[in-house]
Amino acid sequence: MSRFTSRYRWSWVDSVVLLGIIGFFGFIGYRVNTVLVYQWEWGFLPGYLFRWDEETQSLLPNLLVKGLLTTLRLAFWSIILATLIGFVTGMMRTSRRLFPRAFSRLYVELIRNVPPIVFIFVFYFFISSQIIPLLGLDTLDQRLGPSGQSVVEFLFGPVSLLSNTFSGIFCLALFEAAYITEIVRSGIQSVSVGQREAAMSIGLSRWQQMRYVVLPQAVQRVIPPLAGQFIILIKDSSIVSLISIQELTFLTLEVANSTQRVFEVWVFVAGVYFVLCYSCALIFRRLEMRLDSSRI
Amino acid sequence: MNENTPNPIIEMSGVSKWFDDFQVLKDVSLQVFSGERVVVCGPSGSGKSTLIRCINRLEEHQEGRIVVDGIELDQDTQHINKVRSEVGMVFQQFNLFPHLTVLENCTLGPMKVRGLSRKDAEALAMEYLQRVRIPEQAAKYPGSLSGGQQQRVAIARSLCMQPRIMLFDEPTSALDPEMIKEVLDVMIDLAESGMTMICVTHEMGFARTVAHQMVFMDEGRIIERSPPGKFFSEPEHERTKLFLSQILSH
Repeated sequence: MSRFTSRYRWSWVDSVVLLGIIGFFGFIGYRVNTVLVYQWEWGFLPGYLFRWDEETQSLLPNLLVKGLLTTLRLAFWSIILATLIGFVTGMMRTSRRLFPRAFSRLYVELIRNVPPIVFIFVFYFFISSQIIPLLGLDTLDQRLGPSGQSVVEFLFGPVSLLSNTFSGIFCLALFEAAYITEIVRSGIQSVSVGQREAAMSIGLSRWQQMRYVVLPQAVQRVIPPLAGQFIILIKDSSIVSLISIQELTFLTLEVANSTQRVFEVWVFVAGVYFVLCYSCALIFRRLEMRLDSSRI
Repeated sequence: MNENTPNPIIEMSGVSKWFDDFQVLKDVSLQVFSGERVVVCGPSGSGKSTLIRCINRLEEHQEGRIVVDGIELDQDTQHINKVRSEVGMVFQQFNLFPHLTVLENCTLGPMKVRGLSRKDAEALAMEYLQRVRIPEQAAKYPGSLSGGQQQRVAIARSLCMQPRIMLFDEPTSALDPEMIKEVLDVMIDLAESGMTMICVTHEMGFARTVAHQMVFMDEGRIIERSPPGKFFSEPEHERTKLFLSQILSH
Protein backbone atom coordinates (compact mmCIF):
# COMPACT_ATOMS: atom_id res chain seq x y z
CA MET A 1 0.00 0.00 0.00
CA SER A 2 2.85 2.36 0.83
CA ARG A 3 4.03 1.87 -2.73
CA PHE A 4 0.91 3.53 -4.06
CA THR A 5 0.85 6.45 -1.64
CA SER A 6 4.52 7.18 -2.20
CA ARG A 7 3.89 7.63 -5.89
CA TYR A 8 2.13 10.91 -5.16
CA ARG A 9 4.24 12.09 -2.24
CA TRP A 10 5.36 15.69 -2.32
CA SER A 11 9.13 15.96 -1.96
CA TRP A 12 11.47 18.92 -1.61
CA VAL A 13 12.41 18.57 -5.29
CA ASP A 14 8.83 19.37 -6.27
CA SER A 15 8.86 22.49 -4.09
CA VAL A 16 12.08 23.71 -5.68
CA VAL A 17 10.74 23.10 -9.18
CA LEU A 18 7.46 24.85 -8.39
CA LEU A 19 9.26 27.85 -6.87
CA GLY A 20 11.50 27.99 -9.93
CA ILE A 21 8.52 28.06 -12.28
CA ILE A 22 6.70 30.74 -10.28
CA GLY A 23 9.90 32.79 -10.13
CA PHE A 24 10.44 32.49 -13.88
CA PHE A 25 6.98 33.67 -14.78
CA GLY A 26 7.10 36.42 -12.17
CA PHE A 27 10.32 37.66 -13.73
CA ILE A 28 8.87 37.59 -17.25
CA GLY A 29 5.77 39.43 -16.07
CA TYR A 30 7.88 42.04 -14.34
CA ARG A 31 10.12 42.54 -17.40
CA VAL A 32 7.13 42.82 -19.70
CA ASN A 33 5.61 45.47 -17.49
CA THR A 34 8.75 47.57 -17.21
CA VAL A 35 9.92 47.19 -20.80
CA LEU A 36 6.61 47.42 -22.63
CA VAL A 37 5.01 49.98 -20.35
CA TYR A 38 1.70 48.87 -21.79
CA GLN A 39 -1.61 50.08 -20.42
CA TRP A 40 -3.92 47.07 -20.47
CA GLU A 41 -7.48 48.03 -21.26
CA TRP A 42 -10.18 45.35 -21.47
CA GLY A 43 -13.32 47.48 -21.26
CA PHE A 44 -14.07 47.56 -24.98
CA LEU A 45 -14.28 43.78 -25.38
CA PRO A 46 -17.93 43.10 -24.37
CA GLY A 47 -19.03 45.58 -26.99
CA TYR A 48 -17.39 43.51 -29.69
CA LEU A 49 -18.97 40.32 -28.43
CA PHE A 50 -22.57 41.54 -28.43
CA ARG A 51 -24.28 44.73 -29.49
CA TRP A 52 -27.62 46.22 -28.48
CA ASP A 53 -29.91 46.52 -31.43
CA GLU A 54 -32.27 49.48 -31.09
CA GLU A 55 -34.62 48.31 -33.83
CA THR A 56 -35.43 44.91 -32.40
CA GLN A 57 -34.66 45.89 -28.80
CA SER A 58 -32.46 42.82 -28.34
CA LEU A 59 -28.87 41.76 -27.88
CA LEU A 60 -27.28 40.60 -31.14
CA PRO A 61 -23.92 38.92 -31.67
CA ASN A 62 -21.20 41.29 -32.72
CA LEU A 63 -18.00 40.60 -34.69
CA LEU A 64 -16.19 38.30 -32.26
CA VAL A 65 -19.19 36.09 -31.50
CA LYS A 66 -20.09 36.01 -35.20
CA GLY A 67 -16.55 34.90 -35.93
CA LEU A 68 -16.72 32.27 -33.23
CA LEU A 69 -19.98 30.91 -34.65
CA THR A 70 -18.46 30.73 -38.13
CA THR A 71 -15.40 28.93 -36.78
CA LEU A 72 -17.62 26.48 -34.93
CA ARG A 73 -19.65 25.70 -38.05
CA LEU A 74 -16.54 25.49 -40.18
CA ALA A 75 -14.82 23.14 -37.74
CA PHE A 76 -17.89 20.98 -37.18
CA TRP A 77 -18.62 20.32 -40.86
CA SER A 78 -14.97 19.99 -41.79
CA ILE A 79 -14.41 17.41 -39.05
CA ILE A 80 -17.31 15.35 -40.34
CA LEU A 81 -16.34 15.67 -43.99
CA ALA A 82 -12.63 15.13 -43.33
CA THR A 83 -13.38 12.01 -41.28
CA LEU A 84 -15.53 10.58 -44.06
CA ILE A 85 -12.94 11.30 -46.74
CA GLY A 86 -10.09 10.20 -44.49
CA PHE A 87 -11.67 6.84 -43.72
CA VAL A 88 -12.38 6.10 -47.37
CA THR A 89 -8.89 7.06 -48.55
CA GLY A 90 -7.37 5.39 -45.48
CA MET A 91 -9.00 2.10 -46.47
CA MET A 92 -7.89 2.66 -50.05
CA ARG A 93 -4.32 3.00 -48.76
CA THR A 94 -4.48 -0.58 -47.53
CA SER A 95 -6.19 -1.97 -50.62
CA ARG A 96 -4.76 -4.94 -52.47
CA ARG A 97 -5.33 -3.25 -55.78
CA LEU A 98 -2.84 -0.80 -57.19
CA PHE A 99 -5.13 1.97 -58.39
CA PRO A 100 -6.85 2.88 -55.11
CA ARG A 101 -3.54 2.55 -53.29
CA ALA A 102 -1.70 4.77 -55.74
CA PHE A 103 -4.49 7.31 -55.89
CA SER A 104 -4.76 7.78 -52.14
CA ARG A 105 -0.99 7.84 -51.80
CA LEU A 106 -0.78 10.59 -54.39
CA TYR A 107 -3.48 12.56 -52.60
CA VAL A 108 -1.77 12.29 -49.22
CA GLU A 109 1.71 13.13 -50.44
CA LEU A 110 0.53 16.02 -52.59
CA ILE A 111 -1.30 17.71 -49.75
CA ARG A 112 1.13 16.90 -46.97
CA ASN A 113 4.12 18.22 -48.84
CA VAL A 114 2.69 21.49 -50.09
CA PRO A 115 2.38 24.57 -47.85
CA PRO A 116 -1.23 24.92 -46.68
CA ILE A 117 -1.44 28.49 -47.97
CA VAL A 118 -0.59 27.39 -51.49
CA PHE A 119 -3.07 24.55 -51.31
CA ILE A 120 -5.82 26.85 -50.13
CA PHE A 121 -5.23 29.43 -52.84
CA VAL A 122 -5.01 26.86 -55.58
CA PHE A 123 -8.05 25.01 -54.31
CA TYR A 124 -10.10 28.16 -53.87
CA PHE A 125 -9.37 29.87 -57.16
CA PHE A 126 -9.09 26.90 -59.50
CA ILE A 127 -11.09 24.04 -58.06
CA SER A 128 -13.67 25.32 -55.62
CA SER A 129 -14.90 27.91 -58.12
CA GLN A 130 -15.78 25.00 -60.45
CA ILE A 131 -17.26 22.61 -57.89
CA ILE A 132 -19.59 25.03 -56.10
CA PRO A 133 -21.60 26.02 -59.23
CA LEU A 134 -21.52 22.41 -60.38
CA LEU A 135 -23.29 21.33 -57.19
CA GLY A 136 -25.63 24.29 -57.50
CA LEU A 137 -24.59 25.61 -54.10
CA ASP A 138 -24.11 29.18 -55.33
CA THR A 139 -27.80 29.55 -56.17
CA LEU A 140 -29.06 27.56 -53.21
CA ASP A 141 -30.21 30.70 -51.38
CA GLN A 142 -32.60 31.64 -54.20
CA ARG A 143 -34.13 28.19 -54.40
CA LEU A 144 -34.90 27.87 -50.70
CA GLY A 145 -38.11 28.97 -49.05
CA PRO A 146 -37.98 31.14 -45.91
CA SER A 147 -38.12 28.13 -43.56
CA GLY A 148 -35.45 26.34 -45.56
CA GLN A 149 -33.33 29.44 -45.41
CA SER A 150 -33.49 29.63 -41.64
CA VAL A 151 -32.46 25.97 -41.33
CA VAL A 152 -29.55 26.50 -43.69
CA GLU A 153 -28.63 29.66 -41.84
CA PHE A 154 -28.55 27.81 -38.54
CA LEU A 155 -26.39 25.03 -40.01
CA PHE A 156 -24.06 26.97 -42.27
CA GLY A 157 -24.34 30.64 -41.33
CA PRO A 158 -25.54 33.66 -43.37
CA VAL A 159 -27.14 32.59 -46.65
CA SER A 160 -25.43 35.34 -48.58
CA LEU A 161 -22.03 33.87 -47.66
CA LEU A 162 -23.04 30.30 -48.38
CA SER A 163 -20.79 29.50 -51.33
CA ASN A 164 -17.93 31.11 -49.50
CA THR A 165 -18.56 28.99 -46.41
CA PHE A 166 -18.78 25.81 -48.49
CA SER A 167 -15.44 26.61 -50.11
CA GLY A 168 -13.92 26.96 -46.67
CA ILE A 169 -15.39 23.66 -45.48
CA PHE A 170 -14.21 21.75 -48.57
CA CYS A 171 -10.77 23.31 -48.39
CA LEU A 172 -10.25 22.54 -44.75
CA ALA A 173 -11.76 19.05 -44.99
CA LEU A 174 -9.65 18.03 -47.99
CA PHE A 175 -6.56 19.40 -46.34
CA GLU A 176 -7.08 17.64 -43.01
CA ALA A 177 -8.36 14.42 -44.58
CA ALA A 178 -4.87 13.78 -45.90
CA TYR A 179 -3.59 13.51 -42.35
CA ILE A 180 -6.59 11.50 -41.21
CA THR A 181 -5.91 9.10 -44.10
CA GLU A 182 -2.54 8.26 -42.62
CA ILE A 183 -3.97 7.91 -39.11
CA VAL A 184 -6.64 5.52 -40.39
CA ARG A 185 -4.10 3.55 -42.41
CA SER A 186 -1.85 3.08 -39.39
CA GLY A 187 -4.89 2.01 -37.36
CA ILE A 188 -5.92 -0.58 -39.93
CA GLN A 189 -2.41 -1.91 -40.23
CA SER A 190 -2.07 -2.18 -36.45
CA VAL A 191 -4.75 -4.88 -36.40
CA SER A 192 -2.90 -8.18 -36.53
CA VAL A 193 -2.94 -10.39 -39.61
CA GLY A 194 -4.39 -13.15 -37.45
CA GLN A 195 -7.59 -11.16 -37.01
CA ARG A 196 -8.06 -10.94 -40.75
CA GLU A 197 -7.23 -14.63 -41.19
CA ALA A 198 -9.75 -15.63 -38.55
CA ALA A 199 -12.34 -13.47 -40.30
CA MET A 200 -11.46 -15.06 -43.65
CA SER A 201 -11.62 -18.56 -42.26
CA ILE A 202 -15.25 -18.12 -41.17
CA GLY A 203 -16.00 -17.05 -44.74
CA LEU A 204 -16.45 -13.29 -44.42
CA SER A 205 -15.95 -11.38 -47.65
CA ARG A 206 -13.18 -8.79 -47.86
CA TRP A 207 -15.58 -5.95 -47.16
CA GLN A 208 -17.13 -7.82 -44.23
CA GLN A 209 -13.68 -8.51 -42.76
CA MET A 210 -13.04 -4.79 -42.90
CA ARG A 211 -16.45 -3.73 -41.64
CA TYR A 212 -16.94 -6.15 -38.74
CA VAL A 213 -13.44 -7.13 -37.65
CA VAL A 214 -10.71 -4.72 -38.71
CA LEU A 215 -12.37 -1.29 -38.66
CA PRO A 216 -13.97 -1.52 -35.20
CA GLN A 217 -10.58 -2.36 -33.70
CA ALA A 218 -8.79 0.24 -35.80
CA VAL A 219 -11.22 2.99 -34.78
CA GLN A 220 -10.68 2.20 -31.13
CA ARG A 221 -6.94 2.60 -31.57
CA VAL A 222 -6.96 5.77 -33.66
CA ILE A 223 -9.20 7.82 -31.36
CA PRO A 224 -6.32 9.53 -29.51
CA PRO A 225 -4.41 10.61 -32.65
CA LEU A 226 -7.71 11.46 -34.33
CA ALA A 227 -8.63 13.76 -31.43
CA GLY A 228 -5.26 15.45 -31.84
CA GLN A 229 -5.92 15.95 -35.53
CA PHE A 230 -9.36 17.43 -34.85
CA ILE A 231 -7.81 19.93 -32.44
CA ILE A 232 -5.26 20.84 -35.10
CA LEU A 233 -8.15 21.23 -37.53
CA ILE A 234 -9.93 23.68 -35.25
CA LYS A 235 -6.81 25.80 -35.03
CA ASP A 236 -6.02 25.36 -38.72
CA SER A 237 -9.47 26.67 -39.56
CA SER A 238 -7.93 30.12 -39.15
CA ILE A 239 -6.02 29.70 -42.42
CA VAL A 240 -9.19 29.92 -44.46
CA SER A 241 -9.33 33.58 -43.35
CA LEU A 242 -6.97 33.95 -46.32
CA ILE A 243 -9.83 33.38 -48.70
CA SER A 244 -11.94 35.94 -46.83
CA ILE A 245 -14.04 33.56 -44.82
CA GLN A 246 -15.13 35.62 -41.87
CA GLU A 247 -14.23 33.26 -39.08
CA LEU A 248 -12.77 34.09 -35.70
CA THR A 249 -9.22 34.93 -36.77
CA PHE A 250 -10.35 37.03 -39.71
CA LEU A 251 -12.70 39.14 -37.60
CA THR A 252 -10.24 39.35 -34.72
CA LEU A 253 -7.78 40.95 -37.11
CA GLU A 254 -10.42 43.53 -37.99
CA VAL A 255 -11.24 44.25 -34.37
CA ALA A 256 -7.55 44.51 -33.52
CA ASN A 257 -7.02 46.97 -36.35
CA SER A 258 -10.00 49.15 -35.59
CA THR A 259 -9.50 49.27 -31.81
CA GLN A 260 -5.72 49.29 -31.81
CA ARG A 261 -5.89 47.05 -28.74
CA VAL A 262 -3.87 44.30 -30.37
CA PHE A 263 -2.67 42.44 -27.26
CA GLU A 264 -5.99 42.33 -25.47
CA VAL A 265 -7.88 41.10 -28.49
CA TRP A 266 -5.43 38.36 -29.34
CA VAL A 267 -4.98 37.20 -25.76
CA PHE A 268 -8.75 36.98 -25.43
CA VAL A 269 -9.15 35.09 -28.70
CA ALA A 270 -6.35 32.70 -27.79
CA GLY A 271 -8.39 31.91 -24.69
CA VAL A 272 -11.46 31.27 -26.84
CA TYR A 273 -9.51 28.85 -29.07
CA PHE A 274 -8.17 27.15 -25.97
CA VAL A 275 -11.64 26.57 -24.56
CA LEU A 276 -12.81 25.27 -27.93
CA CYS A 277 -9.93 22.85 -28.41
CA TYR A 278 -9.86 21.72 -24.82
CA SER A 279 -13.58 20.87 -24.90
CA CYS A 280 -12.90 18.80 -28.00
CA ALA A 281 -10.10 17.01 -26.17
CA LEU A 282 -12.38 16.32 -23.20
CA ILE A 283 -15.14 14.90 -25.40
CA PHE A 284 -12.71 12.50 -27.05
CA ARG A 285 -11.20 11.50 -23.72
CA ARG A 286 -14.62 10.45 -22.54
CA LEU A 287 -15.27 8.58 -25.76
CA GLU A 288 -11.94 6.81 -25.44
CA MET A 289 -12.68 5.77 -21.86
CA ARG A 290 -16.13 4.53 -22.78
CA LEU A 291 -14.85 2.37 -25.63
CA ASP A 292 -12.04 1.09 -23.47
CA SER A 293 -14.21 0.03 -20.55
CA SER A 294 -16.60 -1.82 -22.83
CA ARG A 295 -13.94 -4.42 -23.53
CA ILE A 296 -13.46 -5.68 -20.00
CA MET B 1 -22.83 -36.95 -44.73
CA ASN B 2 -21.74 -39.80 -46.89
CA GLU B 3 -19.06 -41.83 -45.16
CA ASN B 4 -18.42 -44.17 -48.05
CA THR B 5 -17.89 -41.72 -50.90
CA PRO B 6 -15.15 -42.97 -53.16
CA ASN B 7 -14.08 -39.39 -53.79
CA PRO B 8 -11.87 -37.79 -51.18
CA ILE B 9 -13.28 -34.66 -49.52
CA ILE B 10 -9.86 -33.02 -49.80
CA GLU B 11 -7.68 -33.79 -52.77
CA MET B 12 -4.27 -32.16 -53.10
CA SER B 13 -2.18 -33.19 -56.04
CA GLY B 14 1.28 -31.98 -56.94
CA VAL B 15 0.99 -28.85 -54.82
CA SER B 16 4.01 -26.56 -54.72
CA LYS B 17 4.38 -23.21 -53.06
CA TRP B 18 7.14 -20.66 -52.81
CA PHE B 19 7.72 -17.74 -50.46
CA ASP B 20 9.86 -15.63 -52.78
CA ASP B 21 12.78 -17.94 -53.59
CA PHE B 22 12.13 -20.37 -50.80
CA GLN B 23 10.08 -23.42 -51.69
CA VAL B 24 7.89 -24.34 -48.71
CA LEU B 25 5.84 -27.07 -50.35
CA LYS B 26 7.39 -29.45 -52.86
CA ASP B 27 5.02 -31.45 -55.01
CA VAL B 28 2.74 -32.41 -52.12
CA SER B 29 -0.13 -34.82 -52.71
CA LEU B 30 -2.63 -35.72 -50.02
CA GLN B 31 -6.07 -37.25 -49.98
CA VAL B 32 -8.41 -37.01 -47.05
CA PHE B 33 -11.73 -38.84 -46.99
CA SER B 34 -14.88 -37.74 -45.25
CA GLY B 35 -14.77 -38.58 -41.55
CA GLU B 36 -11.05 -39.19 -41.65
CA ARG B 37 -8.75 -37.68 -39.04
CA VAL B 38 -5.24 -36.80 -40.11
CA VAL B 39 -2.49 -35.58 -37.82
CA VAL B 40 0.38 -33.75 -39.49
CA CYS B 41 3.69 -33.55 -37.68
CA GLY B 42 7.26 -32.68 -38.48
CA PRO B 43 10.07 -30.33 -37.47
CA SER B 44 9.41 -26.59 -37.50
CA GLY B 45 9.74 -25.05 -40.93
CA SER B 46 8.77 -28.29 -42.61
CA GLY B 47 5.70 -26.71 -44.21
CA LYS B 48 2.95 -28.35 -42.17
CA SER B 49 1.18 -25.09 -41.28
CA THR B 50 1.48 -23.90 -44.87
CA LEU B 51 0.00 -27.19 -46.03
CA ILE B 52 -3.22 -26.79 -44.06
CA ARG B 53 -3.40 -23.04 -44.67
CA CYS B 54 -3.52 -23.84 -48.40
CA ILE B 55 -6.67 -25.89 -47.84
CA ASN B 56 -8.74 -22.81 -46.99
CA ARG B 57 -6.68 -20.46 -49.11
CA LEU B 58 -5.03 -18.47 -46.36
CA GLU B 59 -2.01 -19.25 -48.52
CA GLU B 60 -2.12 -19.46 -52.28
CA HIS B 61 -0.42 -22.42 -53.94
CA GLN B 62 1.43 -21.82 -57.17
CA GLU B 63 1.45 -25.29 -58.71
CA GLY B 64 -0.81 -28.28 -58.54
CA ARG B 65 -4.49 -28.64 -57.70
CA ILE B 66 -6.47 -28.48 -54.49
CA VAL B 67 -10.08 -29.62 -54.58
CA VAL B 68 -12.15 -29.32 -51.42
CA ASP B 69 -15.57 -30.93 -51.31
CA GLY B 70 -15.77 -30.83 -55.09
CA ILE B 71 -14.75 -27.19 -55.38
CA GLU B 72 -11.41 -26.38 -56.92
CA LEU B 73 -9.41 -23.61 -55.25
CA ASP B 74 -8.50 -21.24 -58.07
CA GLN B 75 -8.62 -17.49 -58.57
CA ASP B 76 -12.42 -17.44 -58.30
CA THR B 77 -13.31 -15.55 -55.11
CA GLN B 78 -16.68 -17.25 -54.94
CA HIS B 79 -15.01 -20.67 -54.88
CA ILE B 80 -12.67 -19.48 -52.15
CA ASN B 81 -15.46 -18.06 -49.99
CA LYS B 82 -17.53 -21.21 -50.47
CA VAL B 83 -14.64 -23.41 -49.38
CA ARG B 84 -13.88 -21.16 -46.42
CA SER B 85 -17.42 -21.36 -45.16
CA GLU B 86 -17.25 -25.18 -45.36
CA VAL B 87 -13.86 -25.44 -43.68
CA GLY B 88 -13.34 -24.34 -40.08
CA MET B 89 -9.95 -23.31 -38.80
CA VAL B 90 -8.48 -23.03 -35.34
CA PHE B 91 -5.28 -21.06 -34.89
CA GLN B 92 -2.35 -21.32 -32.55
CA GLN B 93 -2.98 -17.77 -31.27
CA PHE B 94 -6.80 -18.25 -31.00
CA ASN B 95 -7.42 -15.02 -32.96
CA LEU B 96 -10.70 -14.28 -31.25
CA PHE B 97 -12.17 -10.87 -32.06
CA PRO B 98 -11.35 -8.82 -28.95
CA HIS B 99 -14.01 -6.16 -29.57
CA LEU B 100 -16.84 -8.70 -29.59
CA THR B 101 -18.22 -10.83 -26.77
CA VAL B 102 -17.81 -14.59 -26.82
CA LEU B 103 -21.36 -14.92 -28.11
CA GLU B 104 -20.85 -12.26 -30.80
CA ASN B 105 -17.64 -13.99 -31.89
CA CYS B 106 -19.71 -17.08 -32.53
CA THR B 107 -22.71 -15.41 -34.20
CA LEU B 108 -20.78 -13.15 -36.61
CA GLY B 109 -20.16 -15.82 -39.26
CA PRO B 110 -23.61 -17.46 -39.15
CA MET B 111 -25.33 -14.05 -39.36
CA LYS B 112 -23.18 -12.40 -42.02
CA VAL B 113 -22.23 -15.38 -44.17
CA ARG B 114 -25.14 -17.79 -43.68
CA GLY B 115 -27.73 -15.04 -43.27
CA LEU B 116 -29.21 -16.43 -40.04
CA SER B 117 -31.33 -14.17 -37.84
CA ARG B 118 -29.78 -13.00 -34.58
CA LYS B 119 -32.09 -15.28 -32.61
CA ASP B 120 -31.22 -18.40 -34.61
CA ALA B 121 -27.52 -17.57 -34.63
CA GLU B 122 -27.51 -17.12 -30.86
CA ALA B 123 -29.31 -20.40 -30.31
CA LEU B 124 -26.76 -22.11 -32.54
CA ALA B 125 -23.86 -20.39 -30.76
CA MET B 126 -25.13 -21.42 -27.33
CA GLU B 127 -25.44 -25.00 -28.53
CA TYR B 128 -21.79 -25.08 -29.55
CA LEU B 129 -20.59 -23.13 -26.52
CA GLN B 130 -22.31 -25.83 -24.49
CA ARG B 131 -20.44 -28.41 -26.47
CA VAL B 132 -17.06 -26.85 -25.70
CA ARG B 133 -18.25 -26.55 -22.07
CA ILE B 134 -18.12 -22.80 -21.77
CA PRO B 135 -21.71 -21.49 -22.07
CA GLU B 136 -21.44 -19.43 -18.86
CA GLN B 137 -18.84 -17.15 -20.45
CA ALA B 138 -21.03 -16.13 -23.40
CA ALA B 139 -21.43 -12.49 -22.36
CA LYS B 140 -17.76 -11.90 -21.56
CA TYR B 141 -15.07 -10.42 -23.76
CA PRO B 142 -12.25 -12.73 -24.86
CA GLY B 143 -9.67 -10.62 -23.00
CA SER B 144 -11.02 -11.78 -19.66
CA LEU B 145 -10.78 -15.52 -20.47
CA SER B 146 -7.87 -17.89 -19.92
CA GLY B 147 -5.96 -19.26 -22.90
CA GLY B 148 -7.70 -22.62 -22.73
CA GLN B 149 -11.10 -20.98 -22.57
CA GLN B 150 -10.24 -18.73 -25.50
CA GLN B 151 -9.18 -21.67 -27.63
CA ARG B 152 -12.40 -23.51 -26.82
CA VAL B 153 -14.37 -20.42 -27.86
CA ALA B 154 -12.35 -20.36 -31.09
CA ILE B 155 -13.35 -23.97 -31.73
CA ALA B 156 -17.00 -23.12 -31.04
CA ARG B 157 -16.76 -20.12 -33.37
CA SER B 158 -15.59 -22.39 -36.20
CA LEU B 159 -18.21 -25.03 -35.44
CA CYS B 160 -20.98 -22.42 -35.63
CA MET B 161 -20.38 -22.30 -39.38
CA GLN B 162 -21.23 -26.03 -39.33
CA PRO B 163 -18.18 -26.90 -41.38
CA ARG B 164 -17.62 -30.28 -43.01
CA ILE B 165 -13.90 -30.12 -42.30
CA MET B 166 -11.95 -28.70 -39.36
CA LEU B 167 -8.34 -27.61 -39.59
CA PHE B 168 -6.24 -27.19 -36.46
CA ASP B 169 -2.95 -25.29 -36.67
CA GLU B 170 -1.01 -26.19 -33.51
CA PRO B 171 -4.04 -25.45 -31.32
CA THR B 172 -2.30 -26.16 -28.02
CA SER B 173 1.16 -24.74 -28.68
CA ALA B 174 0.41 -21.32 -27.16
CA LEU B 175 -1.27 -22.72 -24.06
CA ASP B 176 -0.02 -23.15 -20.53
CA PRO B 177 0.49 -26.86 -19.80
CA GLU B 178 -2.44 -27.12 -17.40
CA MET B 179 -4.84 -25.87 -20.07
CA ILE B 180 -3.82 -28.22 -22.86
CA LYS B 181 -6.04 -31.03 -21.63
CA GLU B 182 -9.29 -29.07 -21.66
CA VAL B 183 -8.72 -28.16 -25.30
CA LEU B 184 -7.65 -31.67 -26.32
CA ASP B 185 -10.73 -33.09 -24.58
CA VAL B 186 -12.95 -30.89 -26.71
CA MET B 187 -11.07 -31.98 -29.82
CA ILE B 188 -11.39 -35.66 -28.93
CA ASP B 189 -15.08 -35.07 -28.40
CA LEU B 190 -15.30 -33.54 -31.83
CA ALA B 191 -13.35 -36.43 -33.35
CA GLU B 192 -15.79 -38.91 -31.87
CA SER B 193 -18.66 -37.07 -33.52
CA GLY B 194 -17.24 -38.03 -36.91
CA MET B 195 -15.84 -34.68 -38.03
CA THR B 196 -13.22 -34.69 -40.78
CA MET B 197 -10.15 -33.22 -39.13
CA ILE B 198 -6.65 -32.25 -40.14
CA CYS B 199 -4.55 -31.34 -37.19
CA VAL B 200 -1.01 -29.99 -37.00
CA THR B 201 0.21 -30.79 -33.52
CA HIS B 202 3.07 -32.02 -31.40
CA GLU B 203 0.71 -33.73 -28.96
CA MET B 204 1.62 -37.32 -29.81
CA GLY B 205 -0.65 -38.80 -27.15
CA PHE B 206 -3.57 -37.07 -28.78
CA ALA B 207 -2.40 -38.22 -32.20
CA ARG B 208 -2.22 -41.84 -31.06
CA THR B 209 -5.78 -41.87 -29.72
CA VAL B 210 -7.48 -39.84 -32.42
CA ALA B 211 -5.67 -40.09 -35.75
CA HIS B 212 -6.56 -42.47 -38.57
CA GLN B 213 -3.51 -41.35 -40.48
CA MET B 214 -0.23 -39.81 -39.46
CA VAL B 215 1.55 -37.56 -41.94
CA PHE B 216 5.19 -36.72 -41.39
CA MET B 217 6.61 -33.72 -43.25
CA ASP B 218 10.15 -32.50 -43.64
CA GLU B 219 11.56 -29.74 -45.84
CA GLY B 220 8.30 -29.21 -47.69
CA ARG B 221 7.64 -32.84 -48.58
CA ILE B 222 5.44 -35.53 -47.16
CA ILE B 223 8.00 -38.12 -46.11
CA GLU B 224 5.78 -40.72 -44.60
CA ARG B 225 2.12 -41.46 -44.24
CA SER B 226 0.77 -44.35 -42.21
CA PRO B 227 -1.74 -45.29 -39.50
CA PRO B 228 -0.56 -44.32 -36.00
CA GLY B 229 0.06 -47.92 -34.91
CA LYS B 230 2.63 -48.43 -37.62
CA PHE B 231 3.86 -44.86 -37.55
CA PHE B 232 4.92 -44.91 -33.90
CA SER B 233 6.15 -48.51 -33.65
CA GLU B 234 7.90 -49.05 -36.95
CA PRO B 235 8.48 -45.83 -38.91
CA GLU B 236 10.01 -46.44 -42.30
CA HIS B 237 12.23 -43.45 -42.80
CA GLU B 238 15.31 -42.41 -40.90
CA ARG B 239 14.10 -38.83 -40.58
CA THR B 240 10.82 -39.96 -39.08
CA LYS B 241 12.68 -42.10 -36.56
CA LEU B 242 14.94 -39.21 -35.64
CA PHE B 243 12.01 -36.83 -35.25
CA LEU B 244 10.02 -39.29 -33.14
CA SER B 245 12.98 -40.03 -30.89
CA GLN B 246 13.44 -36.30 -30.32
CA ILE B 247 9.81 -35.52 -29.66
CA LEU B 248 9.00 -38.58 -27.57
CA SER B 249 12.14 -38.44 -25.42
CA HIS B 250 10.77 -35.80 -23.07
